[in-house]
Amino acid sequence: MKRSTRLIRARVIGGVGALAVTALALAGCSSGGSSSGSGDSTDAASGDLTPVSLQLQWFSQAQFAGYYAALDQGFYEKEGLDVTILEGAADIVPIDVLTGGDADFAISWVPKVLGSIEQGAAVTDIAQIFERSGTTQISMKDQNITSVADLKGKTVGSWGYGNEWELFAGMAKDKVNLSDISLVSQAFDMNGFLAGDIQAAQAMTYNEYAQVLESVNPATGELFTPDELNVIDWNTEGTAMLQDAIWADSDRLADDADYADTAVKFIKASIEGWAYARDNPEEAAKIVTAAGSQLGESHQLWMTNEVNKLIWPSTSGVGTINQDQWDQTVSIAMDTPNETGATVITEEPPASAFSNEYVEKALAELKDEGVDVMGSDYKPIDVTLKAGGE
Amino acid sequence: MTAAPSSSARAKPARPRSGPGGQNAPRGNAVLKRIAFGVGGVLLLVVLWELYKALGPASGVVVGDLTILPRTTDLAMPHVWDMIGRLFGETGSGRNAQPVWLAVAQAAVFTLGVAAVGWVAGVAVGLLLAVLMQRFRTAESAVLPWIILSQTVPLIAIAPLVRRWGSQLEFGDFTWENWMSVAVIASYLAFFPVSIGALRGLNSPDAIHVELFRSYGVGWWKTLFTLRLPASVPYLLPALRLAAANAVIGTVVAEVSIGLRGGIGRMIIEYAQQASGDPAKTWAPIFGAIAVGLVAAGFIALLGVLLRRYRRGEVPA
Repeated sequence: MKRSTRLIRARVIGGVGALAVTALALAGCSSGGSSSGSGDSTDAASGDLTPVSLQLQWFSQAQFAGYYAALDQGFYEKEGLDVTILEGAADIVPIDVLTGGDADFAISWVPKVLGSIEQGAAVTDIAQIFERSGTTQISMKDQNITSVADLKGKTVGSWGYGNEWELFAGMAKDKVNLSDISLVSQAFDMNGFLAGDIQAAQAMTYNEYAQVLESVNPATGELFTPDELNVIDWNTEGTAMLQDAIWADSDRLADDADYADTAVKFIKASIEGWAYARDNPEEAAKIVTAAGSQLGESHQLWMTNEVNKLIWPSTSGVGTINQDQWDQTVSIAMDTPNETGATVITEEPPASAFSNEYVEKALAELKDEGVDVMGSDYKPIDVTLKAGGE
Repeated sequence: MTAAPSSSARAKPARPRSGPGGQNAPRGNAVLKRIAFGVGGVLLLVVLWELYKALGPASGVVVGDLTILPRTTDLAMPHVWDMIGRLFGETGSGRNAQPVWLAVAQAAVFTLGVAAVGWVAGVAVGLLLAVLMQRFRTAESAVLPWIILSQTVPLIAIAPLVRRWGSQLEFGDFTWENWMSVAVIASYLAFFPVSIGALRGLNSPDAIHVELFRSYGVGWWKTLFTLRLPASVPYLLPALRLAAANAVIGTVVAEVSIGLRGGIGRMIIEYAQQASGDPAKTWAPIFGAIAVGLVAAGFIALLGVLLRRYRRGEVPA
């Protein structure tokens, strides 16, 4: 008697449990399925397009406006490419994804990749999109830090992870030792700087600098203005290193003629996208926001404009790797020790580390089509940042 | 009467709460009391927060060079009402702007869904491993060390790997989605307490009961379902609760790690980037994460109610 009721109970409970589990599983599937569809890829319906994937360094944001513009404006499709843009994240290393064969091209900073190359990654810089560095060291006016030498005795912020080399090289150049400053590791946000814990903070012109200008100055009750900040710009200090570049798999470039051909087409359409972002910054910013970026509207436009300044006007055509800038990046990477005494690389990178072959072909085709790849009369727009970047 | 003996001879006779008559009124009071304590706890936290913010030094409590308590500025510690008020503001001013609470709620549902899939997978794997280890002593000595070792691998190391392995999987129409990688990582954290807790539970019946089953010639499977599984419930429930917490944490961390769109993890990073200009906003996804944890805990409590017949006092995992 007791036994049978127990068994029935056990069955009922089992049944309810199974139902709950099924419902949960279904909930998971449906929510997962619907959101992943609204992602980054274009429909792969078009039959004869070559599928190409591009791995970014971070979430979608205007730092990558040119690629999103090329996708949105159909420049990739015009070249016969079906491009999927893969977002980066905290623990995703673009070069690892590229060498692992999960992406055809990747965006990454040159000094970060030089280290990977020395450890055996076979990758080639096929287009140097940013020819200027966006990294600066900013400080409040009252700290009177107008030159690298003034950093002595101050707390200096850095994100680390390969973002510190321009700062260290600049200090070495002006004879400021690492022991002269107090180096603090900096977070995502600028709260440490605003609270005064960091006297000279690292800031990208297109991101963190804007974050400060979007914050309220407690002293005035208004947003901070550029007049209240001092900026040390590594481009003018002479220790800039090359940043966003398009990287390709060296072995595939050498062995696979189709891939090499795709590389030229990909560079060509990407540069056309960057030219679009230069001529239509408002639209480009909207394209990036439509692609799912959560940055505020004025922040996104600011980023588009600042990134344009890193590209335009171009010295020798967008994407060209200028030998002098490459050499400067390599020599800093070899000769500047960090706080542990290590350098990025110990010997010269192989010749395969960069190649102008593909970008030159792309530039020649673009010039024939009348696309301005120099931007010699480029004028940045004026962007007014709002509180919180909204 | 004899075939399904109480799983433990020590089973305490039912507690006074099932005493005859007049149980409703005190019970209702007890529930009210618990709710009052819960609300009181939250209020106490709010009061402490605001009290410290009002009275604490603006530069924080610093001993030597070490900050013991945080700054009390609006940047470091926004007012509770600002954080709540921000929930009802808009996420931005662009075309896809929506109220923050709605965005957070959507992200929380997404994260909860992925965590649930991870939890289910983790519980299934954990139970299977436990049954296997209970059945074969060799399996226990072979597998148990690996189960424990598996938890020493840092999550941030495996998250990108799982994503990359997953992206290479493809059979037929099935393609691996990134959310599945996150669910796998959640299940990786969730299976551990279940396998350990269930193994202890399955081994918990007294030898005398096991021997009784054997003397009646009851097979292993039947013994499992009528003796061992019911007896394991007091061990299993805390393990399931731990698994639920682990699955939620695993989901959020893996979302941050591989940047999966749509969930709380990614939202925490995205809003943290605006922390300087809009400090109250960064707290919104944290509230969302708390909500996800509460729902998960509530689900396990519900499971406990369904299984109350078998709960003879819980054993901490």
